[in-house]
Amino acid sequence: MDQIRHKVAIVGAAETDDLGQLPHMSRLALHAQSAKNALDDAGIPLSDVDGLLCAGAIPNEVAEYLGIQPRYIDGTSVGGCSFMIHVRHAVAAIMAGYCDVALVTHGESGRSGVDAPRGGSASSPGGQYEAPFAIGGAPTTFSIPVLRHFHEYGTTKEHLAHIAAATRAWANLNPMAMMGSHRRAPERGGGPITPQDVLNSRMICYPFNLLDCCVVADGGGALVLVSEERAKDYAKDPVYVLGAGEAAAHWMVSQMRDHTTADGYRIAGEAAYKSAGLGPQDIDHCMFYDAFTFTPLMAAEDLGFVPKGEGGPFFAETKTGPDGEVIYKSGPGGDFPMNTNGGGLSYCHTGMYGMFAIIESVRQLRGECGDRQVPNVNVSMAHGPGGMFASAGTLILSNA
Amino acid sequence: MADYAGRLPVATPESQPYWDGLKEHKLMLPTCDDCGPHFYPRPFCPTPNCFSWDIKWTEASGKGKVHTFVISHQPIPPYHTEDNAPPYVIAVIELEEGPRMMSNLIIDDPYSTTVDMDVEIVYDDVTDDVTLPKFKPV
Repeated sequence: MDQIRHKVAIVGAAETDDLGQLPHMSRLALHAQSAKNALDDAGIPLSDVDGLLCAGAIPNEVAEYLGIQPRYIDGTSVGGCSFMIHVRHAVAAIMAGYCDVALVTHGESGRSGVDAPRGGSASSPGGQYEAPFAIGGAPTTFSIPVLRHFHEYGTTKEHLAHIAAATRAWANLNPMAMMGSHRRAPERGGGPITPQDVLNSRMICYPFNLLDCCVVADGGGALVLVSEERAKDYAKDPVYVLGAGEAAAHWMVSQMRDHTTADGYRIAGEAAYKSAGLGPQDIDHCMFYDAFTFTPLMAAEDLGFVPKGEGGPFFAETKTGPDGEVIYKSGPGGDFPMNTNGGGLSYCHTGMYGMFAIIESVRQLRGECGDRQVPNVNVSMAHGPGGMFASAGTLILSNA
Repeated sequence: MADYAGRLPVATPESQPYWDGLKEHKLMLPTCDDCGPHFYPRPFCPTPNCFSWDIKWTEASGKGKVHTFVISHQPIPPYHTEDNAPPYVIAVIELEEGPRMMSNLIIDDPYSTTVDMDVEIVYDDVTDDVTLPKFKPV
């Protein structure tokens, strides 16, 4: 157990007012609105913020836009797990006295593309050694490890389809979820789905059908962190950071050391467990970044919830509920509650989804989740990759 | 060939010999005497406990195996046209010499691709200046 445990707390967490299709909002406006909502959630004025951490924007851009001059900044921008890493860095910065109130912001016009720069240099490694082979975005690269995992361990598309169905079942309980029954009619693809629906959906990039892929959205989210001593002064019950880890394993997915194991997940996970003094058996609730159905399966294996190679059968296990309904392993009523906001698959995915995973961990720990509240959540893990399993960030959070 | 619509690599000084080799239909790999060849080209040996800057270029056999792959159904305009339509295979090839590289598999039926299938290099001269290393089943 190292010295970061229980020293810093998240006291504010919120998304933008809406998620989905927001063509009237730019990238920086999404950062700013989520900052306002998280600060309001905490009851802290913007003028108190003296630490700023963000991804998809240079900290100076966001600071200038907000009109603040923070004395601590971190622009780590390594994909969707950047925000888990920001929380880890904010803990260290607050403990070091570099700042007192840390604001972490995310805003991305992932669907409408309002100020959303795309594409890298043709001279970068990715530009020379991957892009020329008709790489078409995340469905063609996040999918690359999957068939190797199938080959080595017998994992199947049917296994993965259960994760999509379970996650949709959570979305149906979350009024904010884009593909949930509240927001999208069945004739437009919303509401409950079965594993067979996933397999029947349009092929995007084998082995991923449409319903193996996350939704594409505009949106943002933000967090506010303060020291443990100050944490009880604010509006909501604090959520303490018990443990945290991060890693950079590779950048191009073709260069992943072992396509069946995310080294970054293991490194970040081990650091998080060590600092928290906890293990997988102590985690009540998991938010595992799900850009695609396969992504959380890799997390469950590499973070020690299930032995390597057994993730497929683990997630495909179902039981029958009192009214004859199917209860999925990771769905409502299942014994491995995961991605309870509806996930990147069915709630919202802006491009760097990790922020939303942390927000849901905070809400579950506060007991704010209404119909989708998991009983007795005291310890939650929020974990994600950045890039295609390239970097990783892991947080272990608690309400006590 | 001048109307090639796919994305083209732009060499750096360090990778120029690699792209020059492909133009001559040779797959050249940067090689460390102690640790062997690596991919992608760097002017040093990327084995952390070696980190030697004594690198020679050696020619690979062009043989390898499909380490993993996907079959994309998404057209990328303007590269894909009616005559050159998806689905197509994006594969990570494990070369006989060890290193792995991203490429395309040229295959009539993409769904006949299998993990560990034996493949060999095909030099695709996409422009007068650029040759892309692609692979086909043996």
